[in-house]
Amino acid sequence: MTAPLLDVRDIHTAYGRSRALFGVSLAVPKGACVCLLGRNGVGKTTTMRSIMGLTPASSGQIIWKGQDITHRRPFEIARAGIGFVPEDRRIFADLSVLENLEVGGRAAARPGPWSVEAVFDLFPKLRELSGRRGGYLSGGEQQMLTIGRTLMGNPELLLLDEPSEGLAPLVVEALLEQVGRLKSQGLTILLAEQGLHFSLALADHVYVLQKGAVRYSGPSSALRDDPKLRDDLLALAAPVD
Amino acid sequence: MLEPSFLFGQFVGGLSIAMFLFLIASGLALIFGVLRILNFAHGSFYMIGAYLAWQIVHILDAKTGGAFWLAVFGAATAVAILGALIERFLLRPLYGREELYQLLFTYALVLVLADAAKIIWGTQQLSVSRPPSLAGASTIFGAVVPHYNLVIMALGPMVAALVWFILHRTHIGRMVRAAALDREMLGALGADVGRLYTLMFAFGSFLAGLAGALVTPIKTVNPGMDVEIIVEAFIVIVIGGLGSLWGAFFGALIYGQFLSFGILIFPRFSIFSVFALMAIILVIRPWGLFGKPLSR
Repeated sequence: MTAPLLDVRDIHTAYGRSRALFGVSLAVPKGACVCLLGRNGVGKTTTMRSIMGLTPASSGQIIWKGQDITHRRPFEIARAGIGFVPEDRRIFADLSVLENLEVGGRAAARPGPWSVEAVFDLFPKLRELSGRRGGYLSGGEQQMLTIGRTLMGNPELLLLDEPSEGLAPLVVEALLEQVGRLKSQGLTILLAEQGLHFSLALADHVYVLQKGAVRYSGPSSALRDDPKLRDDLLALAAPVD
Repeated sequence: MLEPSFLFGQFVGGLSIAMFLFLIASGLALIFGVLRILNFAHGSFYMIGAYLAWQIVHILDAKTGGAFWLAVFGAATAVAILGALIERFLLRPLYGREELYQLLFTYALVLVLADAAKIIWGTQQLSVSRPPSLAGASTIFGAVVPHYNLVIMALGPMVAALVWFILHRTHIGRMVRAAALDREMLGALGADVGRLYTLMFAFGSFLAGLAGALVTPIKTVNPGMDVEIIVEAFIVIVIGGLGSLWGAFFGALIYGQFLSFGILIFPRFSIFSVFALMAIILVIRPWGLFGKPLSR
């Protein structure tokens, strides 16, 4: 068995005194799409922020291509090939669509196939909007732009945090198709989702998080084929009131 | 009654005050816009620029115009390097802290640099003569305008246009604008934001040093000039809108004219008229003429 591209080993992460992750371990093999599944506040975003170095893990290890990146700074991690697409999108609102993409390419400065044209081919809508300010885009357009902006840095692994959140069903379908195309091109993806729709359509492997820890790990086919397991896990992932 | 030539003279006087203020205030605005730091020591950089220009001219002791311009750019560059070192080694450790620490630090810097200047250059007034090539004056609409002031008045809009061009038409400028909007995101995309901050702080300091060096033929160089200018520069960027380049530009123009004509109306309260103006603008537009309401 070959070593995974990304190997997260027993990380604990806290925001100041409030602890968010209690020993999360997961592996993302090259070329795979792995999904973190769970409700709001179970630690999906924190896991991604820890991988990215934005909220560094206080213990545990994050191994990227055989190297320990746990305590590297975010820009070094991005330059090493991990691209982060945050849940809240964080478009540079005063910059045009084109400028947002150029900043993404320029910031990571990694060689690779992605160019403004390639992003426009993936998301044709953005080509029409290239001169518009990021702040004036709709939610779906912003989601495309934030993915495109990260792709401009030619990442080997894409961290996609809840891409379908707050989008209309039709927009979600289009996005699903576009992310599916990225996967079929060989891009490795770590996805965070609350619902099963996006995750089961794309993921090869699923980790279900609850209260900052992994409660289930298994191939997504198991969830797809076994409605009882699915219901059990979703009940598990639900917040305890 | 006031003659048109006299009024024009006041107008031109206000304009050259404005251009110096713009050079200072633009650096202050850029640093605030990107780093979110209100740098009280910006006026001290201006003062250091003036002293260094005097020093270089003094050492070269040349009567040619070349020595003056060499001194101006040498002083501005030295201040830029000083700014970069201060940002990198003293200010950077404070970014995670409360804003109060940053304010206290830049205020402490004002005191330290003022004392350093007194130790090195003493307390006497120093002056630099205009470069010989610009020693003359022309009569325009009946008002006598020194050639040197004409150059300054041309330089202001040129610097404004240059900074605008850098911010909007170059890669580095786009990164700077992105850093001003969302520092963490830009870092997560792979940009070394720390280096960008140092560069920006150095550039803002360069503008302060440049203004200080350029002002030496017009004003005497003295230990109090740092505090005097920082108050004016803050008024300018508050009028124009914190962090806005065009705000600094038009804020400086308005300030210069108010000061220039305010003196005619309230001879003893010219600085008061500017404060009154600032108060009125803040009542109407609390975020300044070109500023935006703070989102967070």
